[in-house]
Amino acid sequence: MITLDHVSVKYRQRLAVAEVCGTFTTGRSTAIVGPNGAGKTTLLKAMAGLLPASSGQIHTPERVAYLPQRTELDRQFPMTVAELALSGSWRRSGAWRRLDRTEQERAAHALAHMGLAELTNRPIGTLSGGQLQRARFARLMVQDAPVLLLDEPLNNLDPASRDLLLKQLTDWQIEGRTVIAVMHDLDLVSRHFDETLLLSGTVQAWGATAAVLAAARAEIGFTGHSLWVNPLAEEAGS
Amino acid sequence: MSLHELLISPFAEFDFMRRALVGCVVLALSCAPVGVLLVLRRMSLMGDALSHAVLPGAAVGYLIGGFALPWLAGGGIVAALLVAVLAGVAGRYTVLNEDASFAGFYLMALALGVVLISRWGSQVDLIHLLFGSVLAIDDAALYVVAGVATISLAWLALCYRGMVLECVDPGFLAAAGRGGSPYHLGLIVLTVLNLVAGFQAMGTLMAIGLMMLPATVARLWADTLPGLMGVAWLVGLVSTVAGLLVSYHAGLPSGPAIVLVASLFYLVSLTVAPHGWRGQRGPQSDTR
Repeated sequence: MITLDHVSVKYRQRLAVAEVCGTFTTGRSTAIVGPNGAGKTTLLKAMAGLLPASSGQIHTPERVAYLPQRTELDRQFPMTVAELALSGSWRRSGAWRRLDRTEQERAAHALAHMGLAELTNRPIGTLSGGQLQRARFARLMVQDAPVLLLDEPLNNLDPASRDLLLKQLTDWQIEGRTVIAVMHDLDLVSRHFDETLLLSGTVQAWGATAAVLAAARAEIGFTGHSLWVNPLAEEAGS
Repeated sequence: MSLHELLISPFAEFDFMRRALVGCVVLALSCAPVGVLLVLRRMSLMGDALSHAVLPGAAVGYLIGGFALPWLAGGGIVAALLVAVLAGVAGRYTVLNEDASFAGFYLMALALGVVLISRWGSQVDLIHLLFGSVLAIDDAALYVVAGVATISLAWLALCYRGMVLECVDPGFLAAAGRGGSPYHLGLIVLTVLNLVAGFQAMGTLMAIGLMMLPATVARLWADTLPGLMGVAWLVGLVSTVAGLLVSYHAGLPSGPAIVLVASLFYLVSLTVAPHGWRGQRGPQSDTR
């Protein structure tokens, strides 16, 4: 279970998220939605331990797997698909421990599950966007964490890759893992996520997906692509 | 002039050339993998800034202790690490990016170093500090080079996996391992140590050349990290030996001579290497 207790987080010296309170229920999936600049990624990074909370408390389990946005990975780095998947064993193997047969098999199984068995020795720079995202999901599978924090996991993907990754999200929920994802496509959110957190600097709504999206559309006209901006950002910029 | 006189005699006849050869070959082995990681981490210009940042510390050390290595190296290490820390702090707590703050501080350091030497030293001293002199490589310098090379290669062997992950996906490593900064900091410290170890033979301005040029050449030829390091090592070794010979026969400072030979490799590789102008295949041509 992840609990946020009056959490505020700064990004580049400006308050991006303020006074977030609530609980992500274990074994449920939650989509974090909101307009550009709403603080979605900032909140996710804070939950992953990458940004400190400027006030409040974040209670997370010890093992959390975090998927940064795809642009944060250096695709020109000379690394193979298999090496990328194997890097998911970092928490168990650390800097020095030998990557034993179990870890190799775990990575091979994850890549096969993601339809990449034929591409294991390919450099990551030669993959398409969809293939790369599947390889990164394979790394998440190797991490085997009870909580998954995913930043825009389904953006700009081919339909086949998107469907495969959506199925994986469902499988993780069935396995009892907690999935928290920053999402833009409200149609996918309404069909695949149990709960939704509507964020715009502060929490606008948080609860069952159908209720949150209905309220969002009715009360503030939020469609997932609106120009409605984070009031905290407006305040800081003025 | 026979081939023997051209290639062998300078090292067979002169003790200072043998010292320079040993020092520069060991330095090339140590600098190449550090340079490869800097290039892959897109920190090439930061390495350049650190090489300039060494100067005021080395200048102060020189004014106190002459060409005695402990003073030169100590001053250089302190100055470069100070610039790295100040640039990092400015990058974190102001709107400046880290590279912009590095540019500000290294220019300040370079100007300060030149002013110090010009005011209290001589023109010859300045040339030696900036461009190196093989005559300056004594036993103490060889020990420093060997020590730095040992530390560098041991660190890279122990932290290889972490440094690779820190290069390719720092956000993932920070979240999975709760912190990637030891590897980032380690790379900066290794860069400074290798620059300081190299500046007696190469000079403060040229020491970075033995680190970056072989690594840049390797990027144009190799597809794997071991391949990159292998090519960088080879280019570094050949450049140092050929550069020292050019320096001896043409009466040129050793640092620029070595860097010019490495630059020749770079220009040729740009033209004929698989990932150069001829190739246009592999990671460089992929869509992101």
